[in-house]
Amino acid sequence: MTGAALFFYLFSAVTIASAFMVIASKNPVHSVLFLILAFVNAAGLFLLLGAEFLAMILIVVYVGAVAVLFLFVVMMLDVDFAELRQGFLQYLPIGALVGLIFLVELVLVVGAWVTSPGLTKAAESPVISLERVTNTEAIGRVLYTTYIHYFQLAGVVLLVAMIGAIVLTLRHKPHVKRQDVGRQVGRTREASIEVRKVRPGQGI
Amino acid sequence: MTIGLSHYLTVGAILFTLGIFGIFLNRKNVIVILMSIELILLAVNINLVAFSAFLGDIVGQVFALLVLSVAAAEAAIGLAILVVYYRNRGSIAVEDINLMKG
Repeated sequence: MTGAALFFYLFSAVTIASAFMVIASKNPVHSVLFLILAFVNAAGLFLLLGAEFLAMILIVVYVGAVAVLFLFVVMMLDVDFAELRQGFLQYLPIGALVGLIFLVELVLVVGAWVTSPGLTKAAESPVISLERVTNTEAIGRVLYTTYIHYFQLAGVVLLVAMIGAIVLTLRHKPHVKRQDVGRQVGRTREASIEVRKVRPGQGI
Repeated sequence: MTIGLSHYLTVGAILFTLGIFGIFLNRKNVIVILMSIELILLAVNINLVAFSAFLGDIVGQVFALLVLSVAAAEAAIGLAILVVYYRNRGSIAVEDINLMKG
C-alpha cells in the first residue's frame, strides 16, 4: 500500500467518523468541534487530489469562520439541549432506514463509475500540469477570465448575506447613550457657552 | 491498490448520507440540522473536486469554490435568523416554529 493510499484511508476514516460524531454527540459544542475535525480532514483529502487552493480555503473559511460562528451561537444561546434531544431515538429507525437506502443507492450508482477514455480530452478548461503553474494560478486563470461573472455573483451573495445578518441581528437599546455626530458638528459657540460678568465678592 | 475516482465518490456518498441521517436524527435541534447541511455541502464539494482531479478539468474546483461561498453565506444567514428567533421566543425547538402555520 502506497503512502497516498494510506493517507486517503486515514483522512476519509477520520472524516466519516467525526461526521458521525457531529450528528450523534450529546453536546452541540462537541458537535461543532467534530465538524472542525471533519473539515480539516476533508482538506487533507483535497490535498491528496491536488486541489491545494481549495484545501486551504476550506480551512480558512470553514474552520476559521463558519465553525467559529457556530461555536459562538451555540455558546451564546442559553438553550437546554437535553430537552431538545428528547425523542432522539424515536426517529432513529426511520432515519436509519432512509439513510441506508440512500447510501446503498449512492454507492451502487457512483461506485461503479467508469470514465470513457475520450472524456478527459473533452475537458472545458483542462488542468495545466503542476510543473508549469501552481493549482492556485490555474484556478485564477479561469476564475478571473471565463468565470468572472460567477465570481462576482458569489461576491454579491456574500455581501447580501453580510448585510442581511447585520440587519437581522442589529437592535437599538433605548437607554444607551450614543454619539450623535450631526448634533456635535451643528453646535455653535453661542449655543454652548455663556459669558457672564462676575462681580468681585458677590458670585453669580 | 490505487485510489480511484470511485473511492472518493464513496466517501462523498457516505458523508452525504450522514448529513441526511443527521437531519432525521436531530429533528428538534436547529443548530445540528444546520451542521448537517454543512456536511452535505462538504460531500458535494468532495465529489466536485474528485471529478475535477480525475477528469482533468479545473472547472470543478471553480464550482466547488462557489459552493463554498454560498455555504458560508447560508450559515451566516441561518445563524442570524436563529439568534433573532431565540431573542423573540426564548427557544429554538423546531416544533415551536409554527407561527406561519406552514
